[in-house]
Amino acid sequence: MEPIKTISGVAIPLVRDDVDTDRLIPIRFLRKPLSAGYGNFLLADDRFDENGREKADFVFNHPQYRGGTILVSGKNFGCGSAREGAVYAVRDYGIRAVVASGFSDIFRMNCCWNGVLPVTLPESAIRELWDQLNAEPGAKITVDLEQQTVTAPKGNRYTFEIDKSVKERLMAGLDDVGVTQQFQDRIDAFEKAYVTGMPWIAQPEA
Amino acid sequence: MSSPQTLFEKIWQRHLIHTTEAGDHLLYVDRLLVHEGPFYAFDGMRRDKRAFRRPKQIFAFPDHYIPTVVAERQRGLAGIKDPEMRVMVEQLARNTAEVGIPHFGMDDPRQGIMHVAAPELGVIHPGMTVGGTDSHTATHGAFGAFSSGIGASQAKHIMATTTLWWQAKPKTMRVEIEGALAPGVTAKDVALTVMARLGVSGGAGHVIEYAGSTVRAMSMEGRMTLCNMTIEAGARSGMVSPDETTIAYLQGRPYAPKGGNFERAAKIWRAFATDAGAGFDKEVTIDATAIVPSITWGTRPEEALPVTGTVPDPAQAKDAAQRTRIETALRYMGLTPGTALTSVKVDRVFIGSCTNGRIEDLRAAAAVAKGRKAVIPAIVVPGSRSVKAQAEAEGLHEVFASAGFEWRDSGCSFCVASNGDHVPPGERCASTSNRNFENRQGANARTHLMSPAMAAAAAVTGRITDVRELGA
Repeated sequence: MEPIKTISGVAIPLVRDDVDTDRLIPIRFLRKPLSAGYGNFLLADDRFDENGREKADFVFNHPQYRGGTILVSGKNFGCGSAREGAVYAVRDYGIRAVVASGFSDIFRMNCCWNGVLPVTLPESAIRELWDQLNAEPGAKITVDLEQQTVTAPKGNRYTFEIDKSVKERLMAGLDDVGVTQQFQDRIDAFEKAYVTGMPWIAQPEA
Repeated sequence: MSSPQTLFEKIWQRHLIHTTEAGDHLLYVDRLLVHEGPFYAFDGMRRDKRAFRRPKQIFAFPDHYIPTVVAERQRGLAGIKDPEMRVMVEQLARNTAEVGIPHFGMDDPRQGIMHVAAPELGVIHPGMTVGGTDSHTATHGAFGAFSSGIGASQAKHIMATTTLWWQAKPKTMRVEIEGALAPGVTAKDVALTVMARLGVSGGAGHVIEYAGSTVRAMSMEGRMTLCNMTIEAGARSGMVSPDETTIAYLQGRPYAPKGGNFERAAKIWRAFATDAGAGFDKEVTIDATAIVPSITWGTRPEEALPVTGTVPDPAQAKDAAQRTRIETALRYMGLTPGTALTSVKVDRVFIGSCTNGRIEDLRAAAAVAKGRKAVIPAIVVPGSRSVKAQAEAEGLHEVFASAGFEWRDSGCSFCVASNGDHVPPGERCASTSNRNFENRQGANARTHLMSPAMAAAAAVTGRITDVRELGA
């Protein structure tokens, strides 16, 4: 996983609340191998018509937003299905940070294991960002994970909160399983005590 | 005497292995449930050359990509026409066989949607921590477990370590539901009422414990329906404190403890129930006697109303944002403000899913269908093969057949439209599933969520119908 410190780039305003994971990647693509390039499937029903042609009026298809690396959206982003393919699609499209006024817990967690930075800002800040981005399509914003700030195109700066552990993980680009295996002795000791007297936990038998 | 604790707090403490300085909590995970979706996790385990730490604590069920049409299902893998779908089903069987994970394949009489079949098999017990690669894993909280939907990366983590990290300890919310449900009102109507009350992100960061006399009176099936939809309010887990209903359900199930172990386990399980006087971060109270059969009118699960209501008017919205949301939803749904919900015509009916594919659900639907005729296509998909067998033993399949409902084999089917079953573009579907998102049941499909009895009523009238009008 590529470490994240600062992400600076074109920000795409996705002006709506409740962008669900069925929308982020429709189910018909989830049987494709990762090698198919999940970025091609991101928001597929919004980006393409039934003949596979780009819908000109969708924000992702405006020339100024090509190559965008930051997504700015509303409340409850990533709600619905737990499908991690939604994050694979976001990441493979080239988006490194999603700035939103809220995330579903599952989606936020899936971001953290895949090198996508979820940033929560107040609704007022999101509205200001949307206004600036719509006024100047293709404008860049900067997300600084170390300083926990988002800098808008006009230079106004917002701070954000993030769990310390998530921050460390994203900044180091750590492999999660590798980290946990440092605690192997504790896990083994815990388990031994825990399952004592409860054989049905670790040896389920039909 | 220690201070009173919630069910969640007891499970958390019982499973907490370690808390890091950064505030990361490492919890032991008792069960992992997987379907065909997270093949990435198996691929990752292979790529990273990691060993499966406790494969016997993982349970695998193909449910998303298998055919539900009986003639196709009877042909086994060959009955799956789409080669990619066939690969999804095949690779789950192969991946699990390689490492000794119990797998209940498409031909297995124990197969079912994982949230229907795992409970039937007695896999989930009170006090457990459960991860499942599906957001509706919240279902298993009905057993008094802390059960959450996770992505493939976290599933891989559990495969390798039998643990999961929690960055922040979830807050607790109690939804207290009091009073008897009126005739025609079911757990689904309670769930829709709760979603409408909390909103689609009202439960974010929380685990919800459902309590109160209404919940205590519910069967395990009803509690599962209620917990299942918890994710639609953004909460990771719904829970019900274990009681004698829970324990009676588990007794004799294949993977439940046997002999003397069962009584020993039951004693442990009872002690997980929330103590009197335990505090919650948030409390919500709902009067069950006021709940009437409900349906969704929009494209988010919180957009639910009593069936006696009318289509909302954006002009009455409390602010501009709500007005836009209502307008967007009505445009997609093809509805006019002020229309009586019961005058809305329906094209198709789906009865099934991990929300409402259990035996009680099919009994309720059959009670409405009996002696009547479907006037639109109506499809019944049992949540598991064991539900199917039970329904057939009770003759429900004949009731459905006489009423012109199609009787299928088990799977996720029209709920998620991943196996080819889908609602044709522009059609309006009365569905017992859990999500009314745009395009969820098919491109431009219009979904109205409701209970099985209500869906059956829509099938025999061709419009959204208050089941109480039919006297069923």
